[in-house]
Amino acid sequence: MSLDKNGIAKRIAQELKDGYYVNLGIGIPTLVANFVPDGMEVILQSENGLLGIGPFPEKGKADADLINAGKQTVTTIPGSSFFDSSLSFAMIRGGHVDLTVLGAFEVTDKGDISSWKIPGKMVKGMGGAMDLVAAAKNIIVATTHTDRNGNPKLVKECKLPLTGVRCVTKIVSDLAVIEVTDQGFKLLERAPGVEVQEIIDKTGAPLIVEGEIPEMNL
Amino acid sequence: MNKVVKNAKEAIVGMENGQIFMLGGFGLSGIPENTINALVESGLTDLTCISNNAGVDDFGLGLLLKKHQIKKMISSYVGENKEFERQLLEGELEVDLIPQGTLAERIRAGGSGIPAFFVPAGYGTEVAEGKEVREFNGKMHLLEHGLTADFAIVKAWKGDTMGNLIYRHTANNFNQPMAMAGKITVAEVEELVPAGELDPAQIHTPGIFVQRIFQGVDYEKRIEFETTKQ
Repeated sequence: MSLDKNGIAKRIAQELKDGYYVNLGIGIPTLVANFVPDGMEVILQSENGLLGIGPFPEKGKADADLINAGKQTVTTIPGSSFFDSSLSFAMIRGGHVDLTVLGAFEVTDKGDISSWKIPGKMVKGMGGAMDLVAAAKNIIVATTHTDRNGNPKLVKECKLPLTGVRCVTKIVSDLAVIEVTDQGFKLLERAPGVEVQEIIDKTGAPLIVEGEIPEMNL
Repeated sequence: MNKVVKNAKEAIVGMENGQIFMLGGFGLSGIPENTINALVESGLTDLTCISNNAGVDDFGLGLLLKKHQIKKMISSYVGENKEFERQLLEGELEVDLIPQGTLAERIRAGGSGIPAFFVPAGYGTEVAEGKEVREFNGKMHLLEHGLTADFAIVKAWKGDTMGNLIYRHTANNFNQPMAMAGKITVAEVEELVPAGELDPAQIHTPGIFVQRIFQGVDYEKRIEFETTKQ
């Protein structure tokens, strides 16, 4: 069975390592914070100027001066810090953030990503996504394997305007974990109960399948 | 030295049609509410506004958009404003969308006397169109230019009569770099104190960057997405 949003987030949480500084994008990536393994210390960076995002506030304790990059009210953890936007992107551009997780419209087998614009329809802007994908060492895309109409989101070429080129390292979808290698997409794991053939059928680019593909261990 | 003006109305004296403005804030957090309202009342038009976001339909920069006072926006993300999207798609508004980190650095550089610099963000995308590309350490970079404005308008938590500013929490965001990049920088603060009362070690923006300061009134400090524990 394909994973729901929380399942995708749970699988991505397995990529976290103790001491990581992580930037989580809006949507499914934000949910990853709920699945940080017990005893592991992961510091979340919010590009609007907060290192050490805490849980959402108690009812009645929301503070207009304390938000995340998705403009949701948040809290801080002990040891957090605030800073301005240019310093925030110095952290990102300077390669100090260990892992970035973001959503996408399309990802190619070369690691190109489109995520910010549908010409003539939706022009919200790229926000910090272009800075993040251009600089982070490790970029994981959290996405459904196909769009609402069943079209593959993992493709050979992006049809939509690019956010960055040759930057995505891994994709965790509702069906599979796929690595972007120099040879293209490589299937690492499949969602519980999902057949390899279904993943091949729903991927819009060649998929390298070597040996038995294990199920995700959730 | 006294940089204090009475209110927002006095703070916008000298602002003219067609000028370039920087306005601090991220979403609705840390936006200069008082000065924006004064600009709406002033009726100034053909403004170029450099601001990370464009407010929402009925608050912040959305109020200036609704009255068609803005000719051009320079932003990174404008998703929360339907009127903005409509004006953009119908060609009523010029928009420069810039990666957020590049925008912040262009402002910081502009205020620091750095005319241009290279960053990797946007390489291989439409952001790169017309820009010089150069390889450093095996990675491709784009030449980006510093940004300055006729007026930078920022919001701080506390300020003193010499223009020193302290921001609160994530309401700092673009306010700190923008404060450096205005030919004239206007700061509105929640609490204005006499020089000497703020701890010099806690100052974010030293007063040299600020020309006008006033204590704002009636802060709404609207929350865009109030999210609490379930």
